[in-house]
Amino acid sequence: MAKPVVEKDRVVIRFAGDSGDGMQLTGDRFTSATAVLGNDLATLPDFPAEIRAPAGTVHGVSAFQIQFASEDITTPGDHPDVLVAMNPAALRAELKLVRPGATIIVNEDAFTQRNLERAGYTSNPLTDGSLDAYQVYRVPMTSITVRAVEELGLTRKEAERAKNMFALGLVSWMFGRPPEVTLDWLQRKFGDKPQIYDANVAAFRAGYNFGETTELFAQRYEVKPAPAEPGTYRNISGAAALAWGLLAAAERSGLRLFYASYPITPASELLHELSRLKNFGVITLQAEDEIAAAGMALGASFAGDLGVTGTSGPGMDLKAETIGLAVALELPLVVVDVQRAGPSTGMPTKTEQSDLLLALFGRHGESPIPVVAARSPSHCFEAALEAVRIAIEYRTPVILLADTFLANSSEPWRIPEVEDLPRIDPDFATAPNAGREFMPYLRDERLRRPWALPGTPGLRHRIGGLEKDEAGQISYDPENHQRMTELRAAKVARIAEDIPPLEVDDPDGDAEPLARGRGSSHGAIRAAARRVRERGRKVATAHLVHLNPFPRNTGEVVRRYPKVLIPEMNMGQLALLIRARYLVDARTVAKVKGLPFFAEELEDAMMKVMDE
Amino acid sequence: MGGETVGTLTKKDFATSNEVRWCPGCGDYAILATVQSFLPELGIPPHRIVFVSGIGCSGRFTYYVDTYGVHGIHGRAPAIATGIATARPDLSVWVVTGDGDALSIGGNHLIHALRRNVNIKILMFNNQIYGLTKGQYSPTSEEGKVTKSTPFGSVDHPFNPIALALGAEATFVARSIDNDRQHLTEVLRRAAAHRGAAFIEIYQNCNVFNDGAFDMLREKEHAVHNQIRLRHGEPIIFDEGRRCVSVGENGRLVITEVANTLRDRIVVHDERGRPSLAFALAHTAGHGPTEPTCIGVFREVQRPVYGEAIAAQIKLATERLGPGDLAKLLRSGDTWSVS
Repeated sequence: MAKPVVEKDRVVIRFAGDSGDGMQLTGDRFTSATAVLGNDLATLPDFPAEIRAPAGTVHGVSAFQIQFASEDITTPGDHPDVLVAMNPAALRAELKLVRPGATIIVNEDAFTQRNLERAGYTSNPLTDGSLDAYQVYRVPMTSITVRAVEELGLTRKEAERAKNMFALGLVSWMFGRPPEVTLDWLQRKFGDKPQIYDANVAAFRAGYNFGETTELFAQRYEVKPAPAEPGTYRNISGAAALAWGLLAAAERSGLRLFYASYPITPASELLHELSRLKNFGVITLQAEDEIAAAGMALGASFAGDLGVTGTSGPGMDLKAETIGLAVALELPLVVVDVQRAGPSTGMPTKTEQSDLLLALFGRHGESPIPVVAARSPSHCFEAALEAVRIAIEYRTPVILLADTFLANSSEPWRIPEVEDLPRIDPDFATAPNAGREFMPYLRDERLRRPWALPGTPGLRHRIGGLEKDEAGQISYDPENHQRMTELRAAKVARIAEDIPPLEVDDPDGDAEPLARGRGSSHGAIRAAARRVRERGRKVATAHLVHLNPFPRNTGEVVRRYPKVLIPEMNMGQLALLIRARYLVDARTVAKVKGLPFFAEELEDAMMKVMDE
Repeated sequence: MGGETVGTLTKKDFATSNEVRWCPGCGDYAILATVQSFLPELGIPPHRIVFVSGIGCSGRFTYYVDTYGVHGIHGRAPAIATGIATARPDLSVWVVTGDGDALSIGGNHLIHALRRNVNIKILMFNNQIYGLTKGQYSPTSEEGKVTKSTPFGSVDHPFNPIALALGAEATFVARSIDNDRQHLTEVLRRAAAHRGAAFIEIYQNCNVFNDGAFDMLREKEHAVHNQIRLRHGEPIIFDEGRRCVSVGENGRLVITEVANTLRDRIVVHDERGRPSLAFALAHTAGHGPTEPTCIGVFREVQRPVYGEAIAAQIKLATERLGPGDLAKLLRSGDTWSVS
């Protein structure tokens, strides 16, 4: 007999286990099934830096959180409604996020004396009453999985490894996720390895059927599809969106993508993704170091390719010198910075937005460059296109800011038509520009210098880091350096004419505070504003994508509101800029915990500002 | 801008209007003149040639050759040139660098460009001193060197650039001397014909901060006795036929009198053989170029060229998977429609 179905608007699930338990895969697969159902969703992978930390310890816990809903959502959720804990360490690490009344599903088999000790428990939380405030389901996942696959002739270890598929099956049943999506994927992934395929299918089905048939679960839940604009959708991670955005920009500019990079967490994902796309003609080059990667990309741009390099915080420090050279050469170069918690090595797998001032000012001399920030996983695609557009059209290095959270998270994305994407015109120089001469620094009306490729007859020229005059001659002339410095600054400032104004979300037009952000804090700010409005209060929000130059109306927007609040995953870098540029008393909500903002944190901050 | 027709190229076509501003008497003038005279011989129009340089006196070279050029940053010329040569196999790409630029701040880029076998020709001007920063010791300065930064003498052991390049698995390794136009031209010719990375160390006199460092090889009266000219397939004999490089005890290479050496103990130069021979020849001068020292091509072997290997991989992937279709890629995996 089918069990009753309870309808819910939104659900937050967190899968947690040992870093070898396959929790990221489990979360990823649940996400795919959820996306196909048409729910809106947002995800947050949260894993340790160690590849395999000692098994069963709290610092080896790997988690994946997903929020899905029948309405528009913007964050992976503050508190899980359901925590799936594969062992005691996972329970211990994640319980602080879970509110009383929430559901906890544990792999009971893993709660052995040894595992409890490893996790630092002195008594068993399943029996000592410490979980009384929660609805706890104790499921012997390991032993049922082993039984389900016992006919397949696997070793005990191999059999146990399939328990994440059991968990996925069980949670899929609970929330009515279609099993076909996972089964199809297993077919694609393991179709040629029948034993592993059969084991995973058996474990998944065992989990699904366990929910259906045992009396442990009295009901299941349904989350209806979220309303969405017509179109074809897919789920996309920030890392994939960055890679595909760069590829799309190359295609729309007619240039070949040349991506040089040095392995670094979390930016390596970009290198991996682009390295797979050889049949698109993409050149990927794993350089000997961060400096070389930037130099190779810049050399490729000189030669007429779209030169791109990607890295994370520590790598940015090393690339600074080359970015400065690109400022002097006035050649396109896109530098993707997937920000992570610093300083120094910091927390490589944890998110932060603390490279903003580095991006704007982290070079010697007067060396302004455009900076673009992505605000959600799917927006990474658009932001990459925009960074490339500015770099090519203005012959300048551009820093594209993403962060660990954005790169690893995913959300549904309405797939654009390729022909609707903007065209980018490299506008190469083909003829002399000063009578019969070619002057490499003679500028056009947009203050851009000509981009003449080696191999073009009649346009031979030398460029370099030394200050030059229009003709490309080295110049120590005081007036020339003043003029060239001003021209380089004006060229970048002028880009403000060419970007959309800052949009403000202020339903009634008379909100008291303005909360503004940049990068991945976008989702939490929107979610918090919605909660504040549900409480009958008024708040406006705005979100910056262009951080240098700012949109033209930025000053007008921040001066329009009596109170300006800037939530940032740093100690107040954007607030510093806004205060300095526009002389407004912008206030910071700072968070540097390696985690994105919770909506409730910003809701509290907004209410506090309004009530003071 | 000179004429672009290949047939009529002369040295003049490769000279810019820029006033050359090295110190009077600098060895760089001779190298520049030799390179400019040699380039027409390549038969490549100047607009298909790119010179890339780093920082130091050698870095200015780019401004004096009328081709395309990038004057980069300290030590990074091999990285920038790797980008250019990989993106554009149709270009002839030359790197000009110095001992500080290539072996100190840029050491990493140099060895990796060599091991990858990027199609670039690297001319490393070795004057065993920092000239542009006015006279500090360099990574090739001899131990005990007294300079502004080592008033009590340098305690650093120097690099042997040829041995370093060989250790980095370079496919073409040679040495020449700034004032020996004929020898340098011959080495340039061999480097240009080589497919892949070519490393040429050029002994270059800095007459201001390290004058006379190479006199035992540069000055005629000493050169005849001390230059060991390597020629593939020929016995290594020098000093007007008086001395030779021979195999001593334990297979060690030693310098001996020809008259006292059995003919079959004299080493026959082999550019393509085991790298250990080239490595041993790089070490004939134990204390730097003040003793008999090898010049010429130490080693030349064939290995896939970096840019070509990348292009081949792209071609293969395209044949196997079909040309990339962006619209298809965006729709790959699980999708769903909302109407």
